[in-house]
Amino acid sequence: MKILIVDDFSTMRRIIKNLLRDLGFNNTSEADDGKTALPLLQANDYDFLVTDWNMPGMTGIELLKAVRADEKLVSLPVLMVTAEQKRDQIVEAAQAGVNGYIVKPFTAATLKEKIDKIFERIENG
Amino acid sequence: MSETKEVQSVINDTTLSHAQSLIESLESGDIDSVRQIMDDIASLRESDLFCEMGKLTRELHDSLNTFKLDTKLSGLAESEIPDAKERLNHVITMTEEAADKTLTAVEAAIPLSDEIKANGLELQARWDKFKDRKLSVEEFRELSKDLDNFFPQITEGSVILNDKLNEILMAQGFQDLTGQIIRRVITLVQDVEQGLVDLIKMSSVPEASKAGKKATQEGLETTAEGPVIPGVAHASETLDGQDDVDDLLSSLGF
Repeated sequence: MKILIVDDFSTMRRIIKNLLRDLGFNNTSEADDGKTALPLLQANDYDFLVTDWNMPGMTGIELLKAVRADEKLVSLPVLMVTAEQKRDQIVEAAQAGVNGYIVKPFTAATLKEKIDKIFERIENG
Repeated sequence: MSETKEVQSVINDTTLSHAQSLIESLESGDIDSVRQIMDDIASLRESDLFCEMGKLTRELHDSLNTFKLDTKLSGLAESEIPDAKERLNHVITMTEEAADKTLTAVEAAIPLSDEIKANGLELQARWDKFKDRKLSVEEFRELSKDLDNFFPQITEGSVILNDKLNEILMAQGFQDLTGQIIRRVITLVQDVEQGLVDLIKMSSVPEASKAGKKATQEGLETTAEGPVIPGVAHASETLDGQDDVDDLLSSLGF
């Protein structure tokens, strides 16, 4: 499974990358904001997108909306991993079609649980 | 500018002609005419003063208008600076916690890896002796018992070491969170700097009293507020951790 990790902080990208590797996902790439992520998503066949919210250039929520508006990417599973935890923001993300939402700081167990849940839901259609 | 010069030259000409008439009237002893000319001069002065007053009033009005745009400086001092202190204190707390977590994990991992290494070296020495056929049957039995105990120690030890390494990995998340907080404080410092520069530009104008929090908040980015900081008020309702987020999402049909 091919996964794209989007976060403006390289430390966080590395943390997520290492956690995913621990869960058996070895094929990951990175981008530092929505603007660089979107062309990568359009040009490659990613199976899963993990994105932060608060990034310069193009934010995670804008990226999510762009993904849902793109015919090719419309059903790509998206997990948001962010420090943003305002009620309005979570509602906005849900309405924009996010598949999972994790607030920072998070644990390895939370990441595993959310990913399992996302793919379980996809398999059950 | 040329208009002002023209006005000035007209005033000068008028004053000069008044002065000449005044001297002539004085020399000829025409008292009525002297009085009339002096009244004319006084009224001319009054209208001159009136023009200056008008000019000053206009300048003051313009300055006050410009200053209204910068009342956010007072707002920054009232609410944003104390908030920034809270934010930076939170950064200290987070970096301290991350360092503590990392050091605790390292302190737990080092003795464990030392023990595995020591046992490994000791068993290897005995195993070498066995390969050289220098071990008695009794010693071999002892070695095989110790090896039996050593294998699970390696497996269990690796699991614990892996956990400790993961704790160290997760602790590095502080860099992202504190980075976001520090970025906001940098924006605030830039706002204060700009406010002070503007203030210096119009330093002769008295401070406007209607400084508002509202102006400050309008000037700052509100869409993404970054990590939640204890003691710092946020513009909209903030949820308390992953459980609350999960509850909200499940109420939305997730």
